[in-house]
Amino acid sequence: MNRFSAQLSRIDAIVIGASAGGVEALSRILPEIPATLAAAILIVVHVPRERPSLLSGIFRAKCRMRVEEAIDKAQIMPGHIYFAPPDYHLLVDAGPQVALSVDELIQYSRPSIDVLFESAADIYGNRLLGVLLTGGNEDGAAGMAYIAACGGATIVQEPSEAIAATMPAAALKALTPTHVLRLDDIRDLLVSLAAKTAS
Amino acid sequence: MMSSEFDIELPLFVEAVFRKYHYDFREYAPASLKRRLRTALPRFACASLSQLQHRLLYEPNLFNQLLDYLTVQMSEMFRDPEYFRALRTHVVPVLRTYPSLKIWVAGCSTGEEVYSLAILLREEGLLKRTLIYGTDINPHALRKAEAGVYDIDRIALFSQNFQRSGAHASLSSYYTAAYGNAVFDASLKKHMVFSDHSLATDSVFAEMQFVSCRNVLIYFNRTLQDRAVGLFRDALCLRGFLGIGAKESLRFSTHYDAFETIDAENRVYRKIATP
Repeated sequence: MNRFSAQLSRIDAIVIGASAGGVEALSRILPEIPATLAAAILIVVHVPRERPSLLSGIFRAKCRMRVEEAIDKAQIMPGHIYFAPPDYHLLVDAGPQVALSVDELIQYSRPSIDVLFESAADIYGNRLLGVLLTGGNEDGAAGMAYIAACGGATIVQEPSEAIAATMPAAALKALTPTHVLRLDDIRDLLVSLAAKTAS
Repeated sequence: MMSSEFDIELPLFVEAVFRKYHYDFREYAPASLKRRLRTALPRFACASLSQLQHRLLYEPNLFNQLLDYLTVQMSEMFRDPEYFRALRTHVVPVLRTYPSLKIWVAGCSTGEEVYSLAILLREEGLLKRTLIYGTDINPHALRKAEAGVYDIDRIALFSQNFQRSGAHASLSSYYTAAYGNAVFDASLKKHMVFSDHSLATDSVFAEMQFVSCRNVLIYFNRTLQDRAVGLFRDALCLRGFLGIGAKESLRFSTHYDAFETIDAENRVYRKIATP
């Protein structure tokens, strides 16, 4: 734990954004996280809008945490993973609870990583961790900067390791994150957060 | 700007809008409202919501512009084609049994769903005995809905959705292309009434066999959702149908017991008798 920032010791929610290569990257992280994690994980992965969401199905079978597709107004629970439904923005409202919207596309995307990150930062403030992974566009950079401005912790995937480096690289231009890490280290960090909660 | 100041300003702002213009956003879900207002601020050359509030109070002409930021939805025809397929399967056979039909599209914005339903009912032979009410709080959107003119660039998507919705014909049978627009048939419009109605402040205005309100409730907090679903329950005849958005749920509503689930996946419900 101590090789990671002390800022990470009190986290209520983790928001993760990814685009191209996102499913592969998440597959190396999410299945390892114990169900004891005392934080909720909310995830935006850019997927084609017309397809039914397969993400929650794919990860439900692999993960120890409870995996769901976010439903409007549902209470956000620790130990649960929520995926944004295709063609909806995923936001966090006071409660904390899920808020969905069909507002205009942001950076050509709905769901948008920026929309999730900014609304989550408004609710969780410095008890939020933002994680930005592989992707071929610049969604998420503004959201990561906003999380940092609200006192939250930020982790950007090492761009040289990402299947598509544009997204993490754009974030590194927008802010100096708490950590720049490879996927295995991001996994270890999240596992250590759960271990800390369990002890 | 930081969240804490904005959180102080937001309730004051919506209260001011309500008192001055009688539009009630006080029970809207804050997350989306915040995002929309943050987008609007630079367009109105304001650095804070307090500044925008000041301008709104003293420059009444601004409000109409702001209303578009707060309310206009870019909808599409036959959005979620499976929903319309479910209507053909579960709802249309029952609608056939009524001599005349009233349908309410609540929060219709620029009318895409109203035209979609009119076309579906035309194909099912029911439109001639149907009146569809499209209601919204935005007068600009309602005028666009009444006109039934959509940018031709959007028609490819609408047609594709239509084909996946169980269409009998091609969408082009229902519009004429002119000057970069698709103009929908007057014969469809004869069966539509568009009017100003607020789910936050107005009441029930007619008895309906079917209410469709999709991706509107997501913008409301639970209190306002309850009010809206209560209106739908009161507007529906016994055994009338309610359709909501694919990621919305009645589960959190106080009126959950007033409905049975007809198609869980496509969010089609039916009003049942309650003690």
